[in-house]
Amino acid sequence: MTPAGTIDLVLNGRPLASVARTVGDLVREQEFTDVRIATAVNGHFVPEARRATTALNPGDRVEIVAPRQGG
Amino acid sequence: MTIRDQVLHAKDGLILYGTPMPSRILLGTAGYPSPAILAQAVTASEAGIVTVSLRRETAGGRTGTRFLELIAGLGVKVLPNTAGCRTAREAITTAEMARELFGTDWVKLEVIANDDTLQPDVYGLVEAAEALTHEGFKVFPYTTDDLSVAERLQRAGCDVIMPWAAPIGTGRGIVNRAALESLRAYFPDVTLIIDAGLGAPSHAAAAMELGFDAVLLNTAVAKAADPARMAAAFGAAVKAGRLGYEAGLMPPRDMAVPSTPVAGTPFFDLDPQTSDPQTSDTKTSDRKS
Repeated sequence: MTPAGTIDLVLNGRPLASVARTVGDLVREQEFTDVRIATAVNGHFVPEARRATTALNPGDRVEIVAPRQGG
Repeated sequence: MTIRDQVLHAKDGLILYGTPMPSRILLGTAGYPSPAILAQAVTASEAGIVTVSLRRETAGGRTGTRFLELIAGLGVKVLPNTAGCRTAREAITTAEMARELFGTDWVKLEVIANDDTLQPDVYGLVEAAEALTHEGFKVFPYTTDDLSVAERLQRAGCDVIMPWAAPIGTGRGIVNRAALESLRAYFPDVTLIIDAGLGAPSHAAAAMELGFDAVLLNTAVAKAADPARMAAAFGAAVKAGRLGYEAGLMPPRDMAVPSTPVAGTPFFDLDPQTSDPQTSDTKTSDRKS
């Protein structure tokens, strides 16, 4: 059962009950405030400038990614 | 400048989407024993571009930020990839996130069809290349050696096309030489970079001798016993192969041709009847060396 005031999201493939209502809220809640990340919701890119105004709804799938080694 | 100086200090003009490059080798950053060894390998290879990726970050994690700081210290350009993407949609979103993260509109576009072969899904690749070019990206598509697909990618706006030598991580070298030769011949003015499957410096030299503009590799260096030394070996092989291509390779012949002049060969008599009995049955063709 979802705790009061939270919504069920999927963050980076894992279920998460969150009080966040926007992508910006979620980034702060998950302590990504002073690191380089990029975000997407339901497979669509959310630029940094739009995180604060991009609403989150129950069931949304959020990706928060960072630079990594690659070939 | 002597030829030797030219070899040792070759800055021979690879230009990617209008940007001059310091060398013809692009190096991947994955799978090294440590960040320090990665940095040494990049420096030793003389690569001007390194490939990078993006992955999920754990809450409060700083892994990505630390990696970005390491790469920034190397003074090279980054080429973010879309490794692991299965559809055009995933690749497009990943490219968009990479553009914001790394501050570049360059993208190594990968749309993967199969886990075992890591073969590109060429249909998704062309679809994503069209969409990303439309969004202003400079697309470096990782593709097969299929000529028709390369044509579609060029039509989609790709100035650079990156055919594989062999599947990613196999180290087999050039598997289908004839197909790559056809590609090179068919696209004389398109920048073609051999991406994936190179396992030894000789493979890189062979690709350059075929006239390809550059090579991109990762595993062969990262998994070497001494990655920095292997990176230097690949860097030298790429220069040697390029110089050989520019110098003009001799065409192969079916039969042997003597390199030492035949005229004036001692003990050689034009009339076999008058020659020494001990050598009279020696044919002229046996006298070549």
